[in-house]
Amino acid sequence: MSMDAPYEITAGFMPLFDSAVLIAAGEMGFAAREGIELKLHRETSWANIRDRIAIGHFDVAHMLGPMPLACSLGLTPIASETIVPFSLGLGGNCVTVSNAVWEGMAAHGAATDLEPARAGTALGALIRERAAAGREPLRFAVVHPHSGHNYELRYWLAACGVDPDRDIEIVIVPPPFMADALAAGRIDGYCVGEPWNSAAVAVGIGHIVTVKALLWRNSPEKVIGARRAWAEENPDALAALLRALHHSARWCQEPANRGELAALMAKPAFLGQPEAIQMPILTGQLQLGGGAERRVDDFFLPFDKAANFPWKSHALWFYTQMVRWGQLPHTPQNLAIARDCYRPDLYRSALKPLGVALPGANAKVEGALKVATPVGSAGASLVLGPDGFFDGQIFDPDKIDAYIAGQKRA
Amino acid sequence: MSSGSLTILVIDENRIRASIIEAGLREAGHRHVTVVHDVAGIAKRIAEIEPDVIVIDLENPNRDMLENMFQLSRAVKRPIAMFVDRSDQASIEAAVDAGVSAYVVDGLKKERIKPILDMAISRFNAFSRMARELEEARSELENRKVIDRAKGILMKSRGLSEEAAYALLRKTAMNQNRKIAEIAQSLVTAAGLLGPLEGE
Repeated sequence: MSMDAPYEITAGFMPLFDSAVLIAAGEMGFAAREGIELKLHRETSWANIRDRIAIGHFDVAHMLGPMPLACSLGLTPIASETIVPFSLGLGGNCVTVSNAVWEGMAAHGAATDLEPARAGTALGALIRERAAAGREPLRFAVVHPHSGHNYELRYWLAACGVDPDRDIEIVIVPPPFMADALAAGRIDGYCVGEPWNSAAVAVGIGHIVTVKALLWRNSPEKVIGARRAWAEENPDALAALLRALHHSARWCQEPANRGELAALMAKPAFLGQPEAIQMPILTGQLQLGGGAERRVDDFFLPFDKAANFPWKSHALWFYTQMVRWGQLPHTPQNLAIARDCYRPDLYRSALKPLGVALPGANAKVEGALKVATPVGSAGASLVLGPDGFFDGQIFDPDKIDAYIAGQKRA
Repeated sequence: MSSGSLTILVIDENRIRASIIEAGLREAGHRHVTVVHDVAGIAKRIAEIEPDVIVIDLENPNRDMLENMFQLSRAVKRPIAMFVDRSDQASIEAAVDAGVSAYVVDGLKKERIKPILDMAISRFNAFSRMARELEEARSELENRKVIDRAKGILMKSRGLSEEAAYALLRKTAMNQNRKIAEIAQSLVTAAGLLGPLEGE
């Protein structure tokens, strides 16, 4: 430990663009300014992140939003209480399909508008047509069973009349291998974060058919997971880290810094992908395939719209999906664990000295804000939303039993 | 049933390390050991082999895919869990430290698995040690080469004996709190920039 860095924090990350806030905190001096020597370790699988945080190799890590829930709920091989004091951003994922599936969807009315209902209806029609002809079910890939990708793909398909367990097959593929698997015909489509959708479009092997930012606007994706024991023993280090991440996130959101951020993430130690392929996630200007282009509002937000606030309603929605797809029984004990996993209290207390805008509530009704809305908060003004699900459903975390009871498989 | 009758699958992209583990398991009396380097078609292989224990290196980027397959795939007839005993935290830590993980079919007794996991851990550690020593030997050799070149440059340009040239390098390194090889490398680089070297 150097003399001017009172805190040494070891953080794991996966080579995905949404690790940017953590990477920039270390590389752009935000951590050092808070007295932190931030040691970044690139990992090769979510399983490694999970194992290394559980046994203490890492203090904190870039994690899939549902993953700390899975760790705390005992769904992982090494159970470990993991908390979420900070969210690394909203949105950033797409659903990409092979050229052949896109042609089939287009024949059933899909258009290059990314509209989830229209794309999902077309995909459903294609799936039924294939089933009637006795063909193999389509195979889609996601990055992990406990991931936003898995839940949003399933939510979308189920809302469009497709049973994701019966009508298609869902497999796990590591993000960097998605495009290759699609090109080789091992999978027919996938849901993954950027740049792995734009990468497939760029080489002409896939079409982006819808995006997370339209399936559930301003929805959670990656988070900072912290080992609970470490967080409790090192409250000052954690608070300093959250302030460093806050400044880093603000820097990442600033359009003037996009070039520098893309160049940083392009380095072999981080993403190791060309700068040009990092731009769609930063601008929301997506190439969909076949020359079609679309700009998506709020495609990926590393800072704006309270993107870093660890809403308990986000954790609880993930919990409802774990129950929906049979990963976990809905019990009062499990619900209590899910409710305690995301920690807005830690976020709020760490950022309070900065005098920045902070949401006053710990949870919100997801889907209640139809337009961008200024909200009452401590300090400066804050804008939230729109935050709706594409099918118009509302998730009220206070009515979780009714929400779970009302969920259908398709 | 003797421990030798367990069927073990080793998944490791590093062929040398995989063969070291395989040899260890065979020496310990395990006759049914299969080694796979490439995960393409792994579901079919698992269905054929029906392993009791799967040993996998942690660098493998397909761990997430494999874990999911162990839990859900029709290829796996019996559920497979990571490690044998969640309460055996020390073993789990030792395995992750060594860079290896083990998956075991449900119902196997801890006593039957422990020696296999211990063997994998010790062989992984031995392999890391060997790789590290090899790397050290290689850089040692490179250092010696660059020091010899630097000595040659000093002997030629300043008319020093070999001993005096080495003493000058060592003194400079001590004064600057750097390694002799670093000083030697700077000198060789500078000499290359300033003029033609001997023999070039």
